[in-house]
Amino acid sequence: MVKIRIENLTVHYSDGTESLRDISLDIPEKSVSVLFGPAGGGKSTLLRVLNRLNDLADVVRMDGRVLLDGQDILDPKLDVIALRRKIGMVFARPVVLPFSIRQNLTYGLELGGERDRRVLGGAVERSLNLAALWDEVKDRLDDPAAALSGGQQQRLCLARVLALEPEVILLDEPTSGLDPISTGKVEETLQELKKDYTIILVPHSVQQAARTADQAAFFLQGELVEFAPGKRIFTQPAQKRTEDYVQGRFG
Amino acid sequence: MTRERLDRQIQQLREDVLFLGSMVEQATLQAVDALKRRDREAARRIYYDDEKINQKRFEIENAALITIATQQPMAHDLRILAANLEVITELERMGDYAKGIARICTYIADEPLLKPLIDIPAMAELTVDMLHRALEAFVRENAEAARAIPKEDDAVDDLFNAVQKELFDMMVADPNSVDRANHLLWAAHNLERMADRVTNICERTVFIATGEMIELDVTDDESKRP
Repeated sequence: MVKIRIENLTVHYSDGTESLRDISLDIPEKSVSVLFGPAGGGKSTLLRVLNRLNDLADVVRMDGRVLLDGQDILDPKLDVIALRRKIGMVFARPVVLPFSIRQNLTYGLELGGERDRRVLGGAVERSLNLAALWDEVKDRLDDPAAALSGGQQQRLCLARVLALEPEVILLDEPTSGLDPISTGKVEETLQELKKDYTIILVPHSVQQAARTADQAAFFLQGELVEFAPGKRIFTQPAQKRTEDYVQGRFG
Repeated sequence: MTRERLDRQIQQLREDVLFLGSMVEQATLQAVDALKRRDREAARRIYYDDEKINQKRFEIENAALITIATQQPMAHDLRILAANLEVITELERMGDYAKGIARICTYIADEPLLKPLIDIPAMAELTVDMLHRALEAFVRENAEAARAIPKEDDAVDDLFNAVQKELFDMMVADPNSVDRANHLLWAAHNLERMADRVTNICERTVFIATGEMIELDVTDDESKRP
């Protein structure tokens, strides 16, 4: 089933540059979709479109439609806060709040008005388990989150998104600052999470794209060059430009 | 991202495959020549030299694995490396066929040949020529040439069928010839199998060039046998 349908999306920045050009893409639910390509290709722009972070950027015009379960998320009347609960985002650098581990996870729910301690406690344990962090932190939930290692902080950020029970998780190079073991844990977690969530990942390398993608979209200079199953695009890409990129001939 | 090292390593692998191929070609021609001349010493040398072919194959396999591990090749590059591993396995097996012919020579070198060897050396020449061109197509990634070569296998099969019939007739006419005829039959059979394996190399060439995994062997050679 298609979770997000992108139809003829074009994004213009205020300096006149076009960041995305006529993109059409169906993102299936409950799987890992990878957006990859050289810097400046438009993949991060697309992630930001998906949870309306571009509202804060220098975008002057967006054409086309982006449908989440059939509803256009570019609609100016849409409740953006509600959208961002459905579509959570994890960034390249883990941004932990200057609170305890527990408070990092309950903060979003409390902002949304949740006061029930049992509900909050349940969310803490559930989201930490999903992010494969529970066993490492369960005995020190009230320690400052900043004391965690980089890899743990990034999984905490993932848990913070999961605590809000989103439907789609966007990840923008979530392991670019992590060591290989932490990277492996995050990737492993994504493979578990995709059973229940729709995951859209901008990987930090082609190798990570190949390891994680159920399907992958190759972006080059604002254009979607190829969208294909991961099993195919990294062994037999259909487009010469995709092949040149995955083989490291440019980028 | 620079890929000079990857390009260099792939080029080296291509050269190594050609080298391994030439070792197999030499072993095959020399084994059949030794058989023809009933030269036990030459046969023994070829038999033991098969170890060098095996060693070279492991060397290439190791280099390919290191390239995969350190360069993490993708797409066309990955197909080259995967195909490379297949092709060196085929070559190593072909080396075993040459070794088998050399062993047959050591068995029968003391006795006169049942018949002058004409068809078996002809089979060897055809097969080695096919192999040589198949490897050239492989390193050049020439899918068109690779698709054409397997058709030539029919000529090798025809020679094999002729040899087989002739040897069967001899065995029926003179039961004392069964042992020697049987040995020659095995030598011919090895060459016939070797030519079949050339087709596998051609399939890998098409795979590298196009990404398609296909069977090129359209005619069923088994059905043509008496």
